Amino acid sequence: MSDSPDPPAPLLHLEVQQVSVVYSNGHHALRDATFALSGGTICALVGVNGSGKSTLFKSIMGFLRPSAGQVRINGQPVAAALKQHLVAYVPQAEEVDWQFPVSVWDVVMMGRYGAMNFLRIPRAADKAAVEDSLRRVSMWDFRDRQIGELSGGQKKRVFLARALAQGGRIILLDEPFTGVDVKTEEAIIDLLRELRTAGCIMLVSTHNLGSVPEFCDQVVLLNRTVLASGPTADVFTEQNLTTAFGGVLRQFHFEHSTIQEHDGRTVRLLTDDERPLVFGKDGHLEYKDREGREDLVRQREEQGG
Amino acid sequence: MNFFEPLQFEFMRHALLTGSVVAALCAVLSCFVVLKGWSLMGDAISHAVLPGIVLAYLAGWPLAVGAFLSGLLCSAATGYIKQNSRIKEDTVLGVVFTGLFAFGLVLHSRTESELHLDHILFGHLLGITDSVARQVYGVGTFVVGLVLVLRRDLLLVCFDPSHARVLALPVKFLTYLLLALLVLAIVVSLQAVGIILVIAMLITPGCTAYLWTDRFDQMMVISVATAVASTALGILASFHLDGDSASCIVLAQSLAFAASFLFAPKHGWLASKRRAARNSAFPSAVS
Repeated sequence: MSDSPDPPAPLLHLEVQQVSVVYSNGHHALRDATFALSGGTICALVGVNGSGKSTLFKSIMGFLRPSAGQVRINGQPVAAALKQHLVAYVPQAEEVDWQFPVSVWDVVMMGRYGAMNFLRIPRAADKAAVEDSLRRVSMWDFRDRQIGELSGGQKKRVFLARALAQGGRIILLDEPFTGVDVKTEEAIIDLLRELRTAGCIMLVSTHNLGSVPEFCDQVVLLNRTVLASGPTADVFTEQNLTTAFGGVLRQFHFEHSTIQEHDGRTVRLLTDDERPLVFGKDGHLEYKDREGREDLVRQREEQGG
Repeated sequence: MNFFEPLQFEFMRHALLTGSVVAALCAVLSCFVVLKGWSLMGDAISHAVLPGIVLAYLAGWPLAVGAFLSGLLCSAATGYIKQNSRIKEDTVLGVVFTGLFAFGLVLHSRTESELHLDHILFGHLLGITDSVARQVYGVGTFVVGLVLVLRRDLLLVCFDPSHARVLALPVKFLTYLLLALLVLAIVVSLQAVGIILVIAMLITPGCTAYLWTDRFDQMMVISVATAVASTALGILASFHLDGDSASCIVLAQSLAFAASFLFAPKHGWLASKRRAARNSAFPSAVS
């Protein structure tokens, strides 16, 4: 892993000030959203579908003009920050046409377009940046692949490499962990931590609540407005999450009836972001009132052969 | 008679040259049309130019100017109606372009003119005038040159407009530029191959090339090569078959597509069948 080639940049600020967004069909997607982040942070953006996460992203990227309020980056309007190529975006897998006739190398080189002259002919520095970025995400060996010929995790890493090659200081990641295996998730998190050390701001929209406390030091809870924002320990609480998600959040209660002696009082929880599958030592815990029915599990096992 | 014998006639050589330029021009743009999913847009614009042509004739303007404005009107009106109604874009496009085309037909039938409707609809490659040919060469060089210079930006705008915007590229400008180049190409091409068939020139070569390669630059080369070869073949065949030249060109392009669909090395029908058979024979070899 090499160090970021960027010289130590001045401390970065992202301020979202009382932003409201009304779409042309009258839908009020975001109301009076306010929070601020400074360089060297990984911030989770958490909320139900339709809570305004992508609207907020679009406002920070300057695709939407807020009907009230403003987004400022280092005290400047978004447009000025975009001209300095400060903002990088890692799209959701569904937004990308994977059949497009471009290679891994081509996609990462697109991160350098801002730094090139208008003919977009790569110089040695651009090639070096692309190679360095590809190596950092361990995708150098795949550089000549067409992008559709990659696994979900590899696809994600290519677009991360593009953000690295761009040298973006504020990196927006839209659902970076969907369709990604655990190993890649860990690799991505490691990379984000490196970027945090280098002083970047990462804003990660995610449904993967379980991993938020693991790698995010700040959280913004969203539901049509900012419900809470700040350090993970203060914001990512059961109470706040219940407010943010209402009745939508799936709950799984571990109570004394669920975890039985015959399971050795240990459980393993497998989740695909949907209802978790919970295993005890003696099989899965799908039904309640297992107490006193230890034989049932054993009987089933014997029948099953 | 020798297959190439028609080339002894000057009008055949002219037709071949003009046809090849039209084919190359359309083939370059067709790569973007295919990747951007603009085939219906191309179809729409090519029909929507008709009222512009008739009105330009009445006003004594160059026909290409009227056609250009009318084509732009089609895409602008579509964009506006889509933004301000609940109707989906392809549906709006269908309503707008058929409306404009019908308007053009009515205008034409009410106009005493030397405009031959069948020349506009089906082209008149063998009788192309020198001034039209010069127009084709000029516009062809301009459009192809501009696209080659800007191809990486145009490709990025097709592939990932969000990233392009984040880099502060002029996405709107590039999108409208591509659209304007498309209209320009349609306008000069339809004098050679006609409204109905110009859309084939703008879709088929790109589709064919897309089946052959996973690299954009190669796709452009293959697209131009198949388009120009099909044009030469089509024009020569039309002489021997005494058939309509534009139809023969498009037919040759369609045959090239059909052959590619079947035999293209990686994305062809045979190759994917073979791959499926191999994977079921060795199910453990997960690709």
